[in-house]
Amino acid sequence: MKTHTLLILALLSIALACNDDETSPQTTSSSTITFNMEHTWDDTTVSSNDFNTLKFANANGETMSITKLRYLISNITFTPTNGETITLEGYELIDLTNNTNLNTGILGRIPNGTYSNISFTFGFNNADNYNNNYQDLNSALWNVPGLLGGGYHYMQLEGKFIDNTTTEKGYAYHAIRAVDNSGDTQKFEDTFFTVNLGSTTISKDTTFNIAMNIAEWFKTPNTWDLNVLNTMLMPNFDAQLLMFQNGQNVFNLKSID
Amino acid sequence: MAVIICTSCTTTDDGIGDYIPTPSRLEVPTLFEENIIPPIIPSSNLQTEEGVALGKLLFFDPILSSNNTLACADCHATANAFTDPDRFSDGIDGRRGTRNAMPLFNLAWNYNERFLWDGSAFSLEQQAFAPVTNPIEMNSTWQAVVDKLKQDTTYPELFRKAFGTAGIDSIRVTKAIAQFERTLISSNSKFDQFLRGQTTLTPQELNGFDVFMDEARGDCFHCHGSDKNPLWTDNAFHNNGLDTTFKDLGLGAVTGDPADNGKFRSPSLRNLAFTAPYMHDGRFNTLDEVINHYSDGLKPSSTIDPLMKKVALGGVGLSPTDKADLKAFLLSLSDFNFTNASKSQP
Repeated sequence: MKTHTLLILALLSIALACNDDETSPQTTSSSTITFNMEHTWDDTTVSSNDFNTLKFANANGETMSITKLRYLISNITFTPTNGETITLEGYELIDLTNNTNLNTGILGRIPNGTYSNISFTFGFNNADNYNNNYQDLNSALWNVPGLLGGGYHYMQLEGKFIDNTTTEKGYAYHAIRAVDNSGDTQKFEDTFFTVNLGSTTISKDTTFNIAMNIAEWFKTPNTWDLNVLNTMLMPNFDAQLLMFQNGQNVFNLKSID
Repeated sequence: MAVIICTSCTTTDDGIGDYIPTPSRLEVPTLFEENIIPPIIPSSNLQTEEGVALGKLLFFDPILSSNNTLACADCHATANAFTDPDRFSDGIDGRRGTRNAMPLFNLAWNYNERFLWDGSAFSLEQQAFAPVTNPIEMNSTWQAVVDKLKQDTTYPELFRKAFGTAGIDSIRVTKAIAQFERTLISSNSKFDQFLRGQTTLTPQELNGFDVFMDEARGDCFHCHGSDKNPLWTDNAFHNNGLDTTFKDLGLGAVTGDPADNGKFRSPSLRNLAFTAPYMHDGRFNTLDEVINHYSDGLKPSSTIDPLMKKVALGGVGLSPTDKADLKAFLLSLSDFNFTNASKSQP
């Protein structure tokens, strides 16, 4: 099985001209940071070669396939033990379907030193989601309809499953900012979330190997029933909250090289 | 210090020397520039004024066919947004294929550069190769075409100016045609004008746009985009539930992957007023038939796209009002300026 990895070389686009800050311990050199995004179904590695086959069993017992997986991460943040937090500008639309990262070319370096936490945002925070018009994301048809508040998707996970009548059906597990359109005014609830990778010391070019366990989207804390929740989930306020809750357990840091 | 730039400085009066073609930038519409990434122009075939003019001439010239009766434009007519109003196009011998000719516009924004319904052409240049030698289309040979062009009184000079040096071959023919095709830009529909604040939409058109963008009703936007993407297509491949079994494998015949069987490239929804019949095989004569298909006529198959909902019921079952409004919106994407005489036969 071919192991799919997506390399994200993170750009330090903020000014590194803070070398005159004599209180900062990390001023002498810097290193390239790489995010290597891997994907699993529990303990089994998943690549696009595994797509289009009913080979996965979710927590609710349905057999299912994956036909598409795209998701957005942003706000890659380095929190030093001493000094100012560094948040990288930009974002990555990771497309496992086509084995591409559509926002390639993000390259840069991070000052060497000890960081108490490194994190990223799954999706966009509200400022990033609504205040910018991203040409590359528009080109990738990543938009959320204005009826649902606009902005952009956080994830598109699609495939087929065998329902409780043994019929093959499609599902479209699309994550966006939750919106309730049932009242006179739209009610929103944030569903982006921060993924904390923990502390580390950076003294050389470093790769963070991060895994998305796709099975977790259907497992914890909410056992997802595809018979009930399969399509038309974008306007489903409650479904979006369930996705948000399950998303908390999806990512984990496997190793640092 | 005066610098004299001679744009044809190495040309001799007898027209056999080299020539420097004039670079020609694509006119990128405002809505495109604001919302999507730039067009794809291959570095091996940069746009020039002379190249575009030559490509236009070739596009409309039946000289590319073996008996000089069929031009590209015969199956890609200006008045039809460069497609064929017939379900299947007639070749020079009256033979017909099994697919509807695709319309031609905004081709430089096909970022994956997979052309034709099945993605079998990997560039516009490559696409232009096939019809010339296809027995049921122009049924010629490249050697015969090149010989005719060389013997023509005007083409040799036009090729020299388009490519800087004398010489005619199949690569230059297809490059010139591709340059012309990249200039076929449609960006002035009523909906474009609405987005630019130049007109208003009717309540019916506005509701139709809502149907288009509503995941519980039309849900057209996942494959055809939105007001943030003026292409109105993802240029990707989908099985949209036309058949339970496939006579035409589409992308699957190209990739050899059964998971791609029955998948065809999403066409743009621009200019639907001119591009009937619809679908890869032109099976639907009207937009009403198309909308009814998505609403009530979906057929299950192993590769049907997950975004096709309620397949067991035939679809989401749009109301008559939503169907009518969706049609009104879709027609607002038609660009009547595009089909006027400006792009017609030279």
